[in-house]
Amino acid sequence: MNGQAQLLPSTLGLLILRAVSLGPLHGYGILLRIGQISDNALLIEQGGRYPGLFRLVRQGLLKASWGTSENNRRAKFYELTAAGRKRLREETASWNRLAVAVASALSAQPEEI
Amino acid sequence: MRILDSIRFRLATLFKHKQMRAEMEEELRTHIQHRADDLERSGLSRGQAERRAHIEFGGREKYKEECHEAAGGNFFGILLQDVHFGLRVLRKSPGFAGAAVLTLALAIGANAVVFGVLNAVILRPLDVPDAQSLFAFETGDTEVGYQSYPDYLDFRARNRSFEDLATFGMSQVVLDTGKDPSQVWSYEASGNYFDVLGIQPYLGRFFHASDERGPNSAPYVVLTYAYWHSHFQDDRDVVGRVVQVNKHPFTVIGVAPPAFVGTILFFSADCFVPIVNHNQLDGDSALNQRGNRWTFEPFGHLKQGVSQAQALADLSSIGSYLEAAYPKEDGRKSFTLIRPGFPNFLGRPVRAFVAGLMLLAGLILLAACANLGGMFAARAADRSREVALRLALGSSRKRILRQLLTEAMLISVAGGTAGLLISVMLLRRLSVWQPFPDLAIHVPASPDAKVYFVALALAFVSGFLIGIVPVHQVLQANPYEIVKAGSTAMPGRRTTVRDVLLVVQIAICAVLVTSSMVAVRGLARSLNSNFGFEPRKAMLAGVDLKMAGYTGDNVTAMEKRMVDAMETIPGVEQAGLVNNPPLVMGGGWTSSVFRDETSDLKPANVASSIFQYNISPGYFRAAGTALLAGRTFTLHDDKNAPRVAVVNQEFARRIFSSDRTALGKYFKAADGGRFQVVGIVEDGKNFNFTESQQPAMFLPIPETEPLNSAWLVVRSSRDPQELAAAMRNKLHELDAGLSCEIETWTRGMDFALFPSRMATLSLGVMGLIGAMLSSTGIFGMAAYSVSKRLKELGIRVALGAQRMEVLRAALGRAVKLLAVGSAAGLVLGILATRVLAYIVYQATPRDPLVLGGVVLAMLLLGLVAAWIPAQRALSVNPVKLLREE
Repeated sequence: MNGQAQLLPSTLGLLILRAVSLGPLHGYGILLRIGQISDNALLIEQGGRYPGLFRLVRQGLLKASWGTSENNRRAKFYELTAAGRKRLREETASWNRLAVAVASALSAQPEEI
Repeated sequence: MRILDSIRFRLATLFKHKQMRAEMEEELRTHIQHRADDLERSGLSRGQAERRAHIEFGGREKYKEECHEAAGGNFFGILLQDVHFGLRVLRKSPGFAGAAVLTLALAIGANAVVFGVLNAVILRPLDVPDAQSLFAFETGDTEVGYQSYPDYLDFRARNRSFEDLATFGMSQVVLDTGKDPSQVWSYEASGNYFDVLGIQPYLGRFFHASDERGPNSAPYVVLTYAYWHSHFQDDRDVVGRVVQVNKHPFTVIGVAPPAFVGTILFFSADCFVPIVNHNQLDGDSALNQRGNRWTFEPFGHLKQGVSQAQALADLSSIGSYLEAAYPKEDGRKSFTLIRPGFPNFLGRPVRAFVAGLMLLAGLILLAACANLGGMFAARAADRSREVALRLALGSSRKRILRQLLTEAMLISVAGGTAGLLISVMLLRRLSVWQPFPDLAIHVPASPDAKVYFVALALAFVSGFLIGIVPVHQVLQANPYEIVKAGSTAMPGRRTTVRDVLLVVQIAICAVLVTSSMVAVRGLARSLNSNFGFEPRKAMLAGVDLKMAGYTGDNVTAMEKRMVDAMETIPGVEQAGLVNNPPLVMGGGWTSSVFRDETSDLKPANVASSIFQYNISPGYFRAAGTALLAGRTFTLHDDKNAPRVAVVNQEFARRIFSSDRTALGKYFKAADGGRFQVVGIVEDGKNFNFTESQQPAMFLPIPETEPLNSAWLVVRSSRDPQELAAAMRNKLHELDAGLSCEIETWTRGMDFALFPSRMATLSLGVMGLIGAMLSSTGIFGMAAYSVSKRLKELGIRVALGAQRMEVLRAALGRAVKLLAVGSAAGLVLGILATRVLAYIVYQATPRDPLVLGGVVLAMLLLGLVAAWIPAQRALSVNPVKLLREE
């Protein structure tokens, strides 16, 4: 997959939360921001992000309002709610724990076991 | 809470549906525009940029659907779509839809009706406040739990478990409102009766414990709503009016609420009078007699925190006290608590039967579901092309299943609603139905919310059951194969779900047909069995001498005159007199007898409780009861002669352990008198048709207390109507003021036959529904298999197949399934009929007529159901058929 990792659905939610945590964004902006913060290492089909977005809104983690984009187009901007911020913290922590655990498991040498 | 929130959210999205769609559309479009802007900036032309942006975005329609679902806005939207689509599909096959709805309507209707009755007789016996803590008690020594009034007072005063205890007795009184005096049923109720029940009058007031100030101190009458409505035309001024009850002035003080007709189910009263006025009403002193058990099961609310076991222990201690204090009148008692309104002797068989009926109704619904499940599976197979096409076009399997389920739900909701309407109508009719004009018997079954709920719940469950049958089929469907192969894919030879469903359904239906046939046969047999008397060609006349003013020796003289008068009617072979003919109005009286060697005549030493008939010498011949040994009575068996009795075989067996040596022996009655057995008659039925052999004794009338009311039995071959008129005239000649009821003995037994009749009727209806279901099931299966294999049949015909071969090919499978199902059902049905034996007289399945009948019925059903498909198979025109494909 030429250096790009396929995304698990729940990870996508985490990435969206992370992207939006840096400031209100519209849908396309979130796409760009995720590309930016992950050095374009992650592959997302563009439309595939929207169902996730709507799910996050429904769960009350994001809130949306209409505004005008930098390109002067009417667009829907998303920002974190308090619950969203809390969730992001929790998920990040648990993701890090998992990553450390997996990384140490993978780097373990035979004699250490 | 979560579910409620979710529903509210979904409902809210339903109304914002259009706006949401528009916003979503706009958002996705903006995304593409933004992307195109970027691409344009990187050097592409606007047109190229937009095209690229669209491609990069991916399947826009698909994502839109997913977004919608993610936003929770799709549930009702899709539901609406599915409903629309489902309606359109069903409209295209009205025959199928109609048959399916009808099937479910019948099945759910049957369930709702049975549940309505179950609800009325088992779940909410009495519709009064706080019914949960309301209990009555029965005592073991008399099965029905009758108490004497003094005993009741002791129970009331000494118990520590009930908040209060009320009691009542039933009696027939003549109520004279000034126009025409008529016999009505009254409850003689304790003063606290209404207060214990906690109900309020519809009009005026009830009587209370404070109204009881000694014998005959409360000449008040409370009318039931129905009686007030029909006899006083809802006249609100009736309160305060004085009416004559058994020729005594009583004041109408109130009207009971419409739903309240007394505390015995099935038996509605016309009025309530205080029990303290018993003496005025019945002319005896039963209120003071401890040994005279005539008041009904006392009832009351258990005190807060008192368990049923504690209450029983409390009652037992009072029972022991009574046994010690009044050894002559009170024996050892064991107590049971029951729900008031349903004495156990009545309640147990009724409950068992209604529960059994509910089971059968459940089976019917199951059969209907199996039937429709099969049809749905067949339809899903027929629509495999449509399903394949939709799958190929990107529809998800979930979505297709959802659609099929919606279709099934549409059918079941329509069927359920129709069934509910039918059942509500039937239940309403049932609850106002009075099977016997002269008895206040009714079936309390007006539908309530529970019935509606159950019917709709059943509809949903059956919709779900029907809908999931084809799931496997759809999940397995491979769109490419189906589209390639076309819809004529060979039906597999292996056993399919549909086959199993059909067998199950036919088996269930055969059970229903078997049980209904057993019931019908049982009823027919009970009408022709040996009762110990011959009801045909016998006329009964109930005469109330006390109400006509006769007392003491006058009664005896008048009785003799009446019998003599009857015998002067031309064509009358014999006339006799009896206190209460067997099988009429709940049967005869019972009394206790003791063995001759017993000297201490206390209840514990009773040898047997037996039916007692007081008769005139001519009774046996008039009734057609066969004398097996000894003699009958003569006019000389009167007060001055030694006391004699005629007994039946069972009596002789129980008391003297042999019916051959009983003649000439002695036994003792409760009053200590010795009776010599002078004759033995055949056994017979006394109380109902299903009872086991009961002991009975016959005593000559002049020897016993004069009868207040008696029945003339007249045997004659004359036309019943003519005879009745002649009897009426003769009685009128004797005394114009004599009121009498004349009917044939066969009619008089209607009451005793009622349970069997009801059982037979309901089982018959179940059997009929079962038969209908199995025929539609077989029809569906046969028609489907013929239509599927029409082409194959055409080829067979073209190759010269004979008619029989074509038929075998087309219907062989259906016939095989029918045979397997019927056999299974027959065996199950035979097992099930053991339950029926409770209600239906001689319900035995080991009856060649029943077995043959079931086999024949199932065969006929199969034949009828397969007729049209068979015709279609035979009329296959190969040329036309092959050209069409």
